[in-house]
Amino acid sequence: MAKRITTPLDEETIAGLRAGDQVLLTGVVYTARDAAHKRLMALIKERKELPIDLRGQVIYYVGPAPAKPGDPIGSAGPTTSMRMDPYAPILMEHGMKGMIGKGMRSREVRDAMVRHRAVYFAAVGGAAALVAKRIKSAEVVAYEELGPEAIRKLYVDDLPLFVIDDIHGADLYEQGVAKYRKE
Amino acid sequence: MGCTKPRVIPSGDIADAMEELCISACCNLPEENLKTIEAFAAAEESEVGRQVLEMILENHRLAAREQRPACQDTGLAVVFLELGQDVRIERGDLVAAINEGVRRGYEKGYLRKSVVSEPLFERKNTCDNTPAIIHTDIVPGSELKITLAPKGGGAENMSGIAMMIPAAGVEGVRKFVIEQVRKAGPNPCPPVVVGVGIGGNFETAPLLAKKALVRPMGSRNPNPAYAALEDELLEAINRLGIGPQGLGGSTTALAVHVEYAPCHIASLPVAVNLNCHVSPHRSITL
Repeated sequence: MAKRITTPLDEETIAGLRAGDQVLLTGVVYTARDAAHKRLMALIKERKELPIDLRGQVIYYVGPAPAKPGDPIGSAGPTTSMRMDPYAPILMEHGMKGMIGKGMRSREVRDAMVRHRAVYFAAVGGAAALVAKRIKSAEVVAYEELGPEAIRKLYVDDLPLFVIDDIHGADLYEQGVAKYRKE
Repeated sequence: MGCTKPRVIPSGDIADAMEELCISACCNLPEENLKTIEAFAAAEESEVGRQVLEMILENHRLAAREQRPACQDTGLAVVFLELGQDVRIERGDLVAAINEGVRRGYEKGYLRKSVVSEPLFERKNTCDNTPAIIHTDIVPGSELKITLAPKGGGAENMSGIAMMIPAAGVEGVRKFVIEQVRKAGPNPCPPVVVGVGIGGNFETAPLLAKKALVRPMGSRNPNPAYAALEDELLEAINRLGIGPQGLGGSTTALAVHVEYAPCHIASLPVAVNLNCHVSPHRSITL
């Protein structure tokens, strides 16, 4: 049975999540992938204000397809998270509490999640038309010129996710392989 | 013997065909892809794995019904041309026609533009998904067959090549292919299709691996020894436990396709190119 959770993520919600949990997430999430992360890092380095307040927020690693007329967004499944590994611990220092993507995270990111009490979720990669149905609104809030890589503010309703990494250091990918591997 | 009169194909027809292929390839997945996923879903050992495979099937049907791309990553436009040597293209050039079709198809189909013009410094999006990556084979005849395989970045990044020595043999190839899929884990959106290219040289082995991915899903190499290798690799990969989306399970790969070519007496090149479960491709013959 999936747990319903809402953003921004509070301490109680985060503490209650375990690797392997299925959740339905509702609320605002922000999109960012490679190019947007690079720009956020440059602002942090120059000690400038970020275009979004990251405290308690969830970043969705996605570069959506263009919206058809009348739709808020086009197909919008997760992209591979490891490309954002060099940046994720720094964003956690700035208050980010959740990440949505797909695929493995580095040791450094997992350690940072334990330290900063943040959670990593996976959406179903390649199920992008289905995911888009759960996105109710989308607006570009920064870097429009980056096209699919712009930062968008999304409102999602019951977005189906799996908890991959929790604040206790557990990892669903490791658990899954250990359970089903045949020697 | 008299001269063969060339068959004329106007470049505009090529651009029109490409436009249609881009939209169709991304929204309408081949029937055998869905059938293969259905068969694996029925046999999947993990309940969560089955659930994920059902979601994937629902997604792929929704994409076709509403003409939306199944995956937001509509990829680089990888194009394989089989150009009959008796064809003459008129009113414009071939490469420009292909790119014109890609430009129009990605715009009209609301497909994502995922190409940067230069890889290292600026990485500026070309905003129309051109240029396409075009591989051309000149073949006998007077037709032009165009195959489009839009290729996403996630699975592509998990590909690899090994320049082995002949002594490594079948066992060396087997180990390399399985290890490549194991290392990729959840990243390439499993269940994956595994394209393997064996032989040729440093540039042809990866191309063979990519060509292997556009074979109908689950088709077998006509050489029985290579077909047996495909079966053996598929079974071994599905014992890794990675499962649908890497969450654990018995469906890590939907198919292994092996292609081979003659090679140097000193060499045994092996390349692995992975595709996600969407594995889009479409062909048209003009």
